Amino acid sequence: MTFLYVAYAATWIIHITYLGTLVQRYKRLQREIEALQK
Amino acid sequence: MSLAAITRATLAKDLRLEWRSRDAINSMLFFALLVVVVFSFSFDPNAEESRQIAGGLVWVAFLFAAVVALNQTWARELRNQVLDAFRVSPAPANSLFLAKALGNFIFVCVLEALMTPLFVVFYKLRALGPAWQLIPVAVLGTWALVVNGTFFAAMSIRTRSREIMLPLLLFPISIPAILAMVNATTAILTGELSAWFWLVLLATYDVVFTIACLLLFETVLHAE
Amino acid sequence: MKRAFPIFAVLTALLLSYALYEALVAAPTEKTMGDVQRIFYYHVPSAWTAFLLFLINFVASVVYLIRRSHTADIVAVVTAEVGVVFCTVVLVTGPLWARPVWGIWWTWDVRLTSTLVLWLIYVSYLMLRRFSTSSQTPLLAAALAVFGALDVPLVYFSIWIFRTQHPQPVIGGGGSIDPRMLHILLLNWVAFLCFAALICWSRYRLERLRREVEETQALESLLEPRSLR
Repeated sequence: MTFLYVAYAATWIIHITYLGTLVQRYKRLQREIEALQK
Repeated sequence: MSLAAITRATLAKDLRLEWRSRDAINSMLFFALLVVVVFSFSFDPNAEESRQIAGGLVWVAFLFAAVVALNQTWARELRNQVLDAFRVSPAPANSLFLAKALGNFIFVCVLEALMTPLFVVFYKLRALGPAWQLIPVAVLGTWALVVNGTFFAAMSIRTRSREIMLPLLLFPISIPAILAMVNATTAILTGELSAWFWLVLLATYDVVFTIACLLLFETVLHAE
Repeated sequence: MKRAFPIFAVLTALLLSYALYEALVAAPTEKTMGDVQRIFYYHVPSAWTAFLLFLINFVASVVYLIRRSHTADIVAVVTAEVGVVFCTVVLVTGPLWARPVWGIWWTWDVRLTSTLVLWLIYVSYLMLRRFSTSSQTPLLAAALAVFGALDVPLVYFSIWIFRTQHPQPVIGGGGSIDPRMLHILLLNWVAFLCFAALICWSRYRLERLRREVEETQALESLLEPRSLR
């Protein structure tokens, strides 16, 4: 029943990847905010 | 001036311009011919098989030809700042849209009329069902592609990679219509099934999206 | 408000873990399909969540078309993005369930096909937002969302016709569901809804911040002393 585990794993990989992109975008924004504050 | 009068005038202008320069027509005719030839090399079915697959092949070919035509819908207007002039004028925005859509419609129909005999020859096509039904399929199907295509072409004007944006937007929305066109054509060619439901779907699709385009075009015109 | 987020996040994580346990261990094994059927507890809630998010996007788009509200536009962007994420999960878990059980990766049935079309429409929506250089991108995107919404019933109709003419295998067929399974299904759905709410909330704050930064940057460049002076 590897399909079952692959399916569950895939679900979380997709979600974590998306959250990762959110974190990346947030960090980039923080850098821009710092640049603005200078 | 009424909607119909302005539409007619704009359409006549477009057709006249196209007829005089003929560069768009010529390049598109040649493109259509190339598409048919390339498809013929890719698939070489016998008469029986070809009736099964021709529906899909023909409409994919028409779809690509239509996209090439649609991509240059607004090109001339952009080059000459016509859109700004139109926004400022009291002419109803829908007259511009209808004129463009009808112009594209005529244009793509001409392409189809020229490509079809080639397909018939290369694929030895012969309709086993009622062949006259292919006319409403072609008319309704082409309008479905053209009405949304003209609208999305207007939406794509201010985008990077404008030429690819149009098919990206058009194809997903057109899926029910494409499904209908292909299946109706196959049904008529093979004579095995009725194309009736597909025609109803196409007609519904056309009505729904023509109304949607007419309601939203003014917003889009002023937006971009 | 700031305190609520981490608390809600922890609660959601707990709920998700509990729901996962229920799905994998506590749920009764399905008679015909076996353990693979448990994918259902992730596949269906993701689908319902995606559809809900797309529905919210449609409403937000209509609100934007009528009132040009900035909040409506941000809600539209957020729900479109998160909706695509959940929809991707549906399209990945679906074939992974179909293959061992029905032997095929894909079939043109109503639900799978309409999910695919929705996914395509919303990916094109996101591309329009990303590639548009117009100042009125939200308006164009809202128009596209309306078109997408009009399209969905037509997709249903077209697949219905197709299947009456070409009978296809039915995947995840109807029939009644064991109440224990229904209970766990709903549990997972609530868990994923909370998770979706968390992501949307974060994305919303991110978008608000991004727009503020953009506006500030625009102002800065306007007010910068020019070298020509």
